[in-house]
Amino acid sequence: MYAQMVTTEPKGGGETPEEHAFQARIDAGEKIEPKEWMPEGYRKTLIRQISQHAHSEIVGQLPEGNWITRAPTLERKAILLAKVQDEAGHGLYLYSAAETLGISRDEMTEQLLSGKAKYSSIFNYPTLTWADMGAIGWLVDGAAIMNQVPLQRTSYGPYSRAMIRICKEESFHQRQGFHIMMKMARGTDAQREMAQDALNRFWYPSLMMFGPSDKDSVHSQQSMAWKIKINTNDELRQRFVNETVPQAEFLGLTVPDPDLAWNEEKQGYDFTEPDWSEFYEVLKGNGPCNRERLGARQKAWDDGAWFRDGLTAYAEKAAARRAAAATAAE
Amino acid sequence: MSADATIAPLAPARPVDDLLAAAPELRAPLVTGLCRLGDATLILGHRVSEWCGHGPALEEDIALANTALDLIGHTQMWLGLAAQVEGRGRSADDLAYHRDAMHFRNPLLVEVPNGDIGRTLMRLFLFDAWHHALLERLVSSSATEIAEIAAKALKEVHYHLDRSSDLVVRLGDGSEESHARMQAALDLLWPYTGELCFGDDTDAALAEAGILPEPGDLRSAWDATVRETLAEATLAVPEGRNDVQRGGRQGRHTEHLGYLLAEMQFLQRAYPGAEW
Repeated sequence: MYAQMVTTEPKGGGETPEEHAFQARIDAGEKIEPKEWMPEGYRKTLIRQISQHAHSEIVGQLPEGNWITRAPTLERKAILLAKVQDEAGHGLYLYSAAETLGISRDEMTEQLLSGKAKYSSIFNYPTLTWADMGAIGWLVDGAAIMNQVPLQRTSYGPYSRAMIRICKEESFHQRQGFHIMMKMARGTDAQREMAQDALNRFWYPSLMMFGPSDKDSVHSQQSMAWKIKINTNDELRQRFVNETVPQAEFLGLTVPDPDLAWNEEKQGYDFTEPDWSEFYEVLKGNGPCNRERLGARQKAWDDGAWFRDGLTAYAEKAAARRAAAATAAE
Repeated sequence: MSADATIAPLAPARPVDDLLAAAPELRAPLVTGLCRLGDATLILGHRVSEWCGHGPALEEDIALANTALDLIGHTQMWLGLAAQVEGRGRSADDLAYHRDAMHFRNPLLVEVPNGDIGRTLMRLFLFDAWHHALLERLVSSSATEIAEIAAKALKEVHYHLDRSSDLVVRLGDGSEESHARMQAALDLLWPYTGELCFGDDTDAALAEAGILPEPGDLRSAWDATVRETLAEATLAVPEGRNDVQRGGRQGRHTEHLGYLLAEMQFLQRAYPGAEW
C-alpha cells in the first residue's frame, strides 16, 4: 500500500438527506458502486487515494526492475519478473478502479509526472544489493499487506474488489522476499553483511510507509467515517513492528533500533519513531531517488508518445476503412 | 504450414538417454543444439526484461515482463536438459552464469541492443516467426524430452507471435513517424535474420537423427510469415542478403554480448559458491 498523507476533502455543506442516507449505508456495511450518488468529497478523496496507490505500484516497478537483469539465478530472475509484472497489473486494476470515479488514466499520469499526485515515499530509496530484493519483499510488501488487508473491507466496491485480488498476490511477494532474506542471512559472511545492511537501510523507511503519527495526521477522521481508511497510522505501524521483529530475530538479523523493547503492558514493542523530517523531505521531492524515479517515468512517457500515437493513427485508419467498406457494400 | 517441412522421426520418440545409448556420438552435438535453444531464449529474455518499468504504456510493461518471463522459463528447460545431456554435473544456472561469450550459442539477432520500442518489437516479431516455426517441428522430435518442452513452449510462443505481428502491423501502418521507425528497425535487424535458418554440421547430425530440424527447412515458413505481416504493415522487405551477420550459433558474437553477460553474471562471478 502505498497511500500516505492523503488529504481528505471536507464533507461539504450541511447534512443533506442524501448525505445522511449515504452515511447510513456505509455504517450498515454496504458497498458504494460507481453509478450511485456519493458526496463530492468522498469521490475526490478516493481518487486521490486510489491513484496514489496506483502510482506507487507503477513507480515501484523501478527499484526492483533495477535488479532483474542481475538476478543471481534463473529461478530468482523468473520470480522477480513475475512479481514486477504483478505490480504493473495492480497498477492497472487500481487505475481502472479510479476511472470509475470520473478521471482518466492519462489525467492521472499527468498528475504523477507534474508532481501534483504522490506515490509512496519508500520507492525513493535506492536498491543497492541483491539483499534489497529480499528486504523489499519482506518489509515493504509486509507493510503494504498490513495496510491493504483492512482495505478489502473499504466502502467503495471497485476499490474493495481490487484490494482482494491484490492481497492474494502480495502475500506471495512477501514470502519470496523473506525467502531471499533467509538464504542471505544463512549464507556466506558477505551475504549476511548484505542482508543486515538492507535491513538497516529499509527499516525506518518501511515504518514511514504508514504515514505520520496520528497526532499529526489531521484528515483521518472523515476518511475513517467513510471507511476509506480503516485503521489509524499508528495502529498499523505498531502491528507491523510486532509482527516483523520476531521475523528479524528468526533470521538472526538486528533491527537497527537500540531502544526497541517488548512492553508487557501494551503487549507490543516500544520502538523509535522514524525521522519525520526526512519523510517530509522525501515527500517534497528530496529523497535519494526522487529525481531518478520520476525522470524514468517521464522518459518512458515521452519516448512512448510516438508508439501511442501510432496505434491511435492505425485505429483511426482501420475505422475509416471499415466505414468505407460498409458504404461500398450498400 | 507445409507438411514437407516437419521432422519425420525415424522411429517413435524415445528418451534422450536411450537415443544416446544407441548413438553416443550425438552427445556433443546435442549439448550444442540445446544450448543454441536455451541461449537464444536467455539472451532475448534478458533484453526484453530491460524494459521493465520503462514501457510506453502500462499494458506494454505487463506484456513485455510476461514475454521475458516465458523466455526465461524456456531457458530453464532447455539449459536444464543441456546440462543433463552433458553429464558433467553442471546445472542450467552453471551454463547461464559461468560461461563466457565465446561459449554462448545464441544467434546474433537476440543480442543486438533494444533501441526504441519499435526495434524491440520488430526484433521480437522476426524472432517469434522463427521460434514458432521451430517449435511446431520440435513437438515431433525423436527425443521425448525435447518434444515435451516444445509442446509447452509452443502455447506461449503462439501468443508471442500473435502479439508481436499485430503490433508490427499497427505501428507499420500507423502514423508517419511510427512507419518510419518500424522501417528503420527492420532495415537494421534484417542482416541478422538469415542466421536463424543457416545450418552447420552440428545441425545436420541432429537433423539426421530426427532430434532437431535442419535450420534451412524452417526458411520457407519463416519467410511466408514475415513477408505476409510486413506487407500488411506496409513495410518494405530490405534488399540484399539477410545472412551476412552470423556466427553467434558458433560462438562468434557482437561486442554487445560481453557487456550483457557482465551484468547478468555479476553476482555469480563476484560471490562464487554462494547460494541465492
